[in-house]
Amino acid sequence: MQSLERPSQGIGSEAVGRPTEPPPDRLIAVAAGLEVEAEVHDGVLKEPPVLEIDRFNLWYGAKQALHRIAMPIPLNKVTALVGPSGCGKSTLLRSVNRLNDLVQSVRITGDMRLNGDSIYDPRMDVIELRKRMGMVFQKPNPFPMSIYENVVYALRIDGETSRGVLDEVCEMSLRGAALWDEVKDRLQDSALGLSGGQQQRLCIARAIAAEPEVLLLDEPCSALDPIATGKVEDLIQELRGRYSVLIVTHNMQQASRSSDYTAFMYLGRLIEYGATPDIFTKPVLRETEAYVTGRFG
Amino acid sequence: MNSKGPPRRARSGHANLTAHGEPWVWLTASSLALAIAMIVGLLSFIAWRGLATFWPVPLELVMLTDGRRLLGEVTEQEPVEPATAAAVGHPARRLIRTGDFDSSGNHYEWIDDPTITEIARPEWATVVERLDAGRLHGIPRRLLHGEQVVAEGAAEVWKAFGREHPGARGRLLRGLRIDKHERGELQRQLRAARLAVVQAGLDAGAGSERQAEAEQREQKLAGEIGRREQALDEETAKLRGENAGWAVEFETASGGSVPVPLDGIVRAWQPNRLSLAGNLGVYFSRWGEFLGDDPREANSAGGVFPAIWGTVTMTLIMALFVAPFGVLAALYLREYASRGPITTAVRVAINNLAGVPSIVYGAFGLGFFCYVVGAGIDDVFFKASLVADGQPTFGTGGLLWASLTLALLTLPVVIVATEEALSAVPNSMREGSYACGAGKWQTIRRIVLPRALPGIMTGLILAMARGAGEVAPLMLVGVKKLALELPVDGTFPFVHPEREFMHLAYLIYDVGFQSPNSQAARPMVFTITFLLVAIIALLNVAAIWLRSRLRRRFVSQHF
Repeated sequence: MQSLERPSQGIGSEAVGRPTEPPPDRLIAVAAGLEVEAEVHDGVLKEPPVLEIDRFNLWYGAKQALHRIAMPIPLNKVTALVGPSGCGKSTLLRSVNRLNDLVQSVRITGDMRLNGDSIYDPRMDVIELRKRMGMVFQKPNPFPMSIYENVVYALRIDGETSRGVLDEVCEMSLRGAALWDEVKDRLQDSALGLSGGQQQRLCIARAIAAEPEVLLLDEPCSALDPIATGKVEDLIQELRGRYSVLIVTHNMQQASRSSDYTAFMYLGRLIEYGATPDIFTKPVLRETEAYVTGRFG
Repeated sequence: MNSKGPPRRARSGHANLTAHGEPWVWLTASSLALAIAMIVGLLSFIAWRGLATFWPVPLELVMLTDGRRLLGEVTEQEPVEPATAAAVGHPARRLIRTGDFDSSGNHYEWIDDPTITEIARPEWATVVERLDAGRLHGIPRRLLHGEQVVAEGAAEVWKAFGREHPGARGRLLRGLRIDKHERGELQRQLRAARLAVVQAGLDAGAGSERQAEAEQREQKLAGEIGRREQALDEETAKLRGENAGWAVEFETASGGSVPVPLDGIVRAWQPNRLSLAGNLGVYFSRWGEFLGDDPREANSAGGVFPAIWGTVTMTLIMALFVAPFGVLAALYLREYASRGPITTAVRVAINNLAGVPSIVYGAFGLGFFCYVVGAGIDDVFFKASLVADGQPTFGTGGLLWASLTLALLTLPVVIVATEEALSAVPNSMREGSYACGAGKWQTIRRIVLPRALPGIMTGLILAMARGAGEVAPLMLVGVKKLALELPVDGTFPFVHPEREFMHLAYLIYDVGFQSPNSQAARPMVFTITFLLVAIIALLNVAAIWLRSRLRRRFVSQHF
């Protein structure tokens, strides 16, 4: 008989409760509420950072979701955040552009710096801050307007009305998002008529239209079929070197294929962070190895 | 798979029935069927009665045992069972619209079937709709012009009538138009000048220079208006003179002879000779009058145009008020207000407002809008009218106050529907917009509102349907039994929000229950009801069309 119990990507604590193999000590320590030191490779620290996360803590009400996260995000590289569900990857990503401000019960300590500017400085205008970043969400969320207007949305809200500028940005962004050839003849059609994969690439075009300093991708392929996923991954490859990308993903292959650096998070802590080949082939911690090889999580 | 396992428990048929859910399908389906049957039944009853009103009915000459003769339409028949007949004390009977008010004093008469000796359908029997005194049924005998007999004999008279009547009727209508519009306009100018005198007195003191000037202007204007009125008088006198003396003499069933002035005849037809085309002609001509003319004879005849106009303008103005207020209030409640006990309390209060009896809104509208706000406006801007002839301008019921009252009444509907629509906008869209660096208001205006618009329109449709059918509050804040001056017309400034107006829903009540000739008015009630339902349906269809267009634009087919 075959066991029905396969390691599934369930809730983190559940994975600890029923491991197929004895869990590494560090993860037990984390689950017990102890603080553990993150293992950050030297290679990461040598890169010039675009974003520095500095001892960042975050609480939802009384529950702490992020514990003293400290990590630099390298400039013009793709950095992947991996870890089991509920480990705080998305929360961390949403903290970068302060989308968590919209949740009433959120409280934070610590800080992040975008090219040296404190993100959580009370004098920082959150709207100006978000204009310096682009974000793509799990589910494609095109706006209820034309493809054209979707792409130039960020410019529109800044009051840009010059047709020439808008047209140019629209084409550049759609080309950048590898969507131009598919939609160039129907720019005035509703964006809602596109397929899921096209919608997600449209969202990427929208995110890069305003030349962001950081591009935040929150599991951009989780709602897409394999073919659409492949296209978006190719796109991420093309963005490599031109944009600083911070991507949250569940998919180990995706992280290993498309990122330069990988950070492994667990229950709100950063566990190990280093160059992607190192993390996937010779991680320092055996906990990381256990996760990236699919033995738990 | 495994035959040696424990014996399977036999499952009962009852469990199966419940699991398949057959009874629930039947229960839910029959509820829907019942609802549809009631709606369709009501609507088709109203439509049938409403649409049949204007179809010509044959005139029957009924001869009775006591020698009396009646000429009329049979409007109702009561085949009474023999048993009940004995109890009630009369046999089978029929209701005849006699159209002989002049001699009998009745418009309708019940006739017991056994007293009828003979029924005939005289070819030349004519229905005459008169400007006043109701209908006349008779056979044309002579067409007179003064002492001179122009035509004699039914056929001749009918031919001559067809020749002379349109001209006479046209002259009458022209005269009426002069009286109503041109003379009315002169009176308005005169009143404005008179009020200017009073206003000058109020502003600068009685006997002041300004008042003297105003008085001079008024006298000058009065002289000019007098001359122009004289010209109008001459014109109308000429029109009347041309019509004078023309009369048609009809022979009624009772044998009497009734002369009717030619221009006093609105329309005449001979139902017993009409072909299908003739019937249709009369039918549509009566519909035309109904839709386009002013009411006559205590609203029981003629048209309902002022009421249609009043209903539509009031509903649209109401929508104009309620849409922005309701949407803005709901926006604050859903997008800006922080969730808490106060927000919840406000929401509950709004929902409760929807349950307040509408007459309470009427009372509030009268007490607040008319007597406080309106009186305040009068005091500041229209004092002259108040002083000169004690006539309030805004301090009494009117279109504006009625629209505002109904806007209040329908506000909860719009707020609740808008809130629902706003909460149905996916949060991912808002977040996407914020992530692009949009502010709250930019997000609301560019993303949330367009996406929620179809839902908001639904709320507005419901509000308009409710507002258009409301009667009770309107009776207090400006709807009148008769108001021929339209609230929106061609005289400057074109929209007169202070004017009282007519309303179809109120007309149903008035014609149906307040009319002196209720039997004759009853078909009108059905027609007006049909018209009101049709107008509301039309407004709704327009709004639904708009909504589906918006929906196609804004709502995804994917995901």
